[in-house]
Amino acid sequence: MLRKIRIISASLFFLFITLLFLDFTGTIHQWLGWVAKIQLVPAILVVNTIVIVALVLLTLLFGRVYCSVICPLGIFQDAISNISGRRKGKKNRFSYSPAISWLRYSFLGLFVIGLVAGISIIVSLLDPYATYGRIAANFFAPLYRLGNNLLAFFAEKADSYAFYTTDVWIKSWITFGVAALTLVIVFILAWQNGRTYCNTICPVGTALGFLSKFSLFRIQFKVDKCTNCKACERACKASCIDTKTKHIDHSRCVTCFNCIEKCKFDGLNYSVSFHSKTKNETEQNSDNISRRNALSILGLLALGSTLKAQQLHVDGGLAAIEDKKIPNRNTPVVPQGALGTKNIKQHCTACQLCISACPNNVLRPSNKLSTLMQPEMSFERGYCRPECVECSHVCPTSAIREITTAEKSATAIGTAVWIQDNCVVNTDKIQCKKCSQACPTGAITLIENEPDSDLKIPVIDKSLCIGCGACEYLCPARPFSAIYVEGNVRHHTV
Amino acid sequence: MENSNKKNSSRREFLKTLGVGTIATAALMQGCKPNNTVVAEGGVIGEVPKDKMTYRINRNTGDKVSLLGYGCMRWPLRINSQNEEEIDQDAVNELVDYAIEHGVNYFDTAPVYVRGWSETATGIALKRHPRDKFFIATKMSNQRFPNQGMSNREVYNASVEMYHNSLKNLQVDYIDYYLLHSVGGGDGRSLYESRFIHSGVLDFLIKEREAGRIRNLGWSFHGDVKVFDHLLSEHDKGNVHWDFVMIQLNYVDWKHATGFNINAEYLLGELEKRNIQATVMEPLLGGRLSRIGAQALKILRKLKLHDSAAKWAFRYAGTPQNVLTVLSGMIYLEHLQENIRTYSPLEPISEAENTALEEVTEIMLNADYIQCTECQYCMPCPYGLDIPAIFGHYNRTISAGERLKSSNDENYKQARHTFLIGYDRSVPKLRQADHCIGCNICKPFCPQRIDIPHEMQRINVYVEQLKQKSEF
Repeated sequence: MLRKIRIISASLFFLFITLLFLDFTGTIHQWLGWVAKIQLVPAILVVNTIVIVALVLLTLLFGRVYCSVICPLGIFQDAISNISGRRKGKKNRFSYSPAISWLRYSFLGLFVIGLVAGISIIVSLLDPYATYGRIAANFFAPLYRLGNNLLAFFAEKADSYAFYTTDVWIKSWITFGVAALTLVIVFILAWQNGRTYCNTICPVGTALGFLSKFSLFRIQFKVDKCTNCKACERACKASCIDTKTKHIDHSRCVTCFNCIEKCKFDGLNYSVSFHSKTKNETEQNSDNISRRNALSILGLLALGSTLKAQQLHVDGGLAAIEDKKIPNRNTPVVPQGALGTKNIKQHCTACQLCISACPNNVLRPSNKLSTLMQPEMSFERGYCRPECVECSHVCPTSAIREITTAEKSATAIGTAVWIQDNCVVNTDKIQCKKCSQACPTGAITLIENEPDSDLKIPVIDKSLCIGCGACEYLCPARPFSAIYVEGNVRHHTV
Repeated sequence: MENSNKKNSSRREFLKTLGVGTIATAALMQGCKPNNTVVAEGGVIGEVPKDKMTYRINRNTGDKVSLLGYGCMRWPLRINSQNEEEIDQDAVNELVDYAIEHGVNYFDTAPVYVRGWSETATGIALKRHPRDKFFIATKMSNQRFPNQGMSNREVYNASVEMYHNSLKNLQVDYIDYYLLHSVGGGDGRSLYESRFIHSGVLDFLIKEREAGRIRNLGWSFHGDVKVFDHLLSEHDKGNVHWDFVMIQLNYVDWKHATGFNINAEYLLGELEKRNIQATVMEPLLGGRLSRIGAQALKILRKLKLHDSAAKWAFRYAGTPQNVLTVLSGMIYLEHLQENIRTYSPLEPISEAENTALEEVTEIMLNADYIQCTECQYCMPCPYGLDIPAIFGHYNRTISAGERLKSSNDENYKQARHTFLIGYDRSVPKLRQADHCIGCNICKPFCPQRIDIPHEMQRINVYVEQLKQKSEF
């Protein structure tokens, strides 16, 4: 019964949080945005005391329910482990092993140092929610979008407007690589030994594990009923049940209730603990690993190369359009709600949710070491459109705070810079008005270039420029735009 | 009698161009009557008359020219094994064979049509027929030479080469109708002078006419009326004899030519005075007159229940006796069949019908249309825009009655959705109106004199209103 409740609620949570990463229409976060906000690391980064206290209390009362039901990476591993267990002869493949405490606490220590010292790369690499986010954003979301594009293709054939095509592209090869690597590690560990990752690497698992040592409700042996059959030990994906000594390592138990379900002799129960040691008796065999409603995750690895492509399809009657290249910005441009580069660096856990949500293809993961995988903006495929505040809605850590479109239009996230040598007025000797036309705030005016020429060049009013990137995106100069946005370290109010 | 199956096929075409459920097609559908005599394979091939075509006599050479002329500006394309686009020669052959079999004998092409492939493809198709069964028209398309910094001598050499290439590509040793292409465009008179007078190209062509390699010499006109008047005054003075002139004529342009087009009433009148016959282009105003909207269609259906808007437009263009032939670029058999039927024989527009068309014109003029005929002269845009596709999408929205006047319109949500998704489908993002930099390079090439950069901005304002969901 308890196990069924756990499985159903975990499946729901997993589905919800995955949908957040898949949705590109900006509708789902309104209903499900909260599932990202109750994740522990995001809650710590935003200092959401209510969530933190609630999660601590939850763990002190019921053990590591969080790891089984709320954490998407944990549920993801359970799914992998479940599929692995369906293979012949692998049904009861687990056995007790002692905790590798020095490693666990080293990772936790490292994580805390990263958190306190603001070394965001450590935090984002170790945060289980962000780890899952990167996997979902880099592997599941593209697949989902390709599926959507297929539907859009058929819809177009049928003259229906029910689906529209979206761009699918690798936003950063480094982040993609990190996501792929963690996916491989997590997959192998879960496939072989269930919850190894959670109980050796994950700092959240270690921290909650420490708390759950003292939890009120916990799984305990009923010494008089146990037959020492080892069925529970073999079913324990956390490898925390030692039938010989009748000891359960509660720091590693994720309260999945598999053991209780497995025991034919009612030898285990989930009840209020009085810290009593249990004693052992005999052992017996049993099999039949429980069936679980898992999401199929096969076929996700063989993806990589197919993603790029589908960009310019030039036909003979059209001029070829060269791809734009990313300019070298001294200061990265970050979204309006981020307040500035410092704030986002401190609070972002690099979960990629905002990047998945950005409908204008502006946000992508950073490739710089200090802000690795955190979002930054660039305008090769679109610009930060005035009607959109999507990233600010989805962010679970308030690295990007909730803003309105009015606030957005009054926030200068950067300043446009003109590059004379790239400008088509100089290269093509043609009067281009694009940047001044495109500017939503009228910050760009055209003035006479030289006394003897009637060609005009842009001049930027820095007090009006909000750094939206419209000029950079629409600038006809290629591959590098003749006007680009330099980020503001702290965002200005216009 | 109209055949209802034909209506069906034209309806399918309309659906293709208009998208779903437009008012115009809904009205056309009512032409589908149960007295359908559908032949297997969906054709009405047996019912298109072969020997009833109306012909006009060329007063100059005595040519018996079919009133329906085949415009070769748009041939069907296909993708070849190298994944490149090319002309679908098999389809071209079929269309040409069918046209000739049903009495069409005038074929109008130019060296620049269909990315320069038209002459060759047309030549291949016509080569399969006896030379005396058809008349061929092609053009001196040297309008871009002077602006490329060529000297008079270079313009001459390049133009003569173009002329010889036409003979070669068409596989003929004489050309029945040769035109100075798009006279009056660009900056008008001075461009004409540099193309034909200073360079000596006109003298060369006159000599070719004397040698019999050009049987009729004329010009096609777009734009500056001063150039039109000037060329006719040269004719009056006896400096040059024009055998024919090609003008844009349709019921909207008759009295209400827009942009820099000149009223056809004036143009045709001037030609008649001098006994010069006219060939007609744009009888459908770039397809616009085949999708005229429900209000206009209602007026026409009161007079002729089953006739399509296109048929009305063709009848109108063919009615003046001074018109030698009416050109139509037909890439689908169904269009060819409909047009053959319209002119086999021509039923001239009556006085009452003319009044109805004037009413329709009034309605058309109030619409928000961009006068693009999708002729592709402006292309390629050096900055990558797909100009005709952008205008096409916008115009289709108007004909479907879905151009929102206000954000409070009842169909706002649906029309916004359809417009924006359809926009991305018709035009890749990087080729959309927002990328127009206003360089004006395209402007002189538009025979309709559309202020392309201005219209791009206008469309983009609409796009932004929809994207930002702003009030308007």
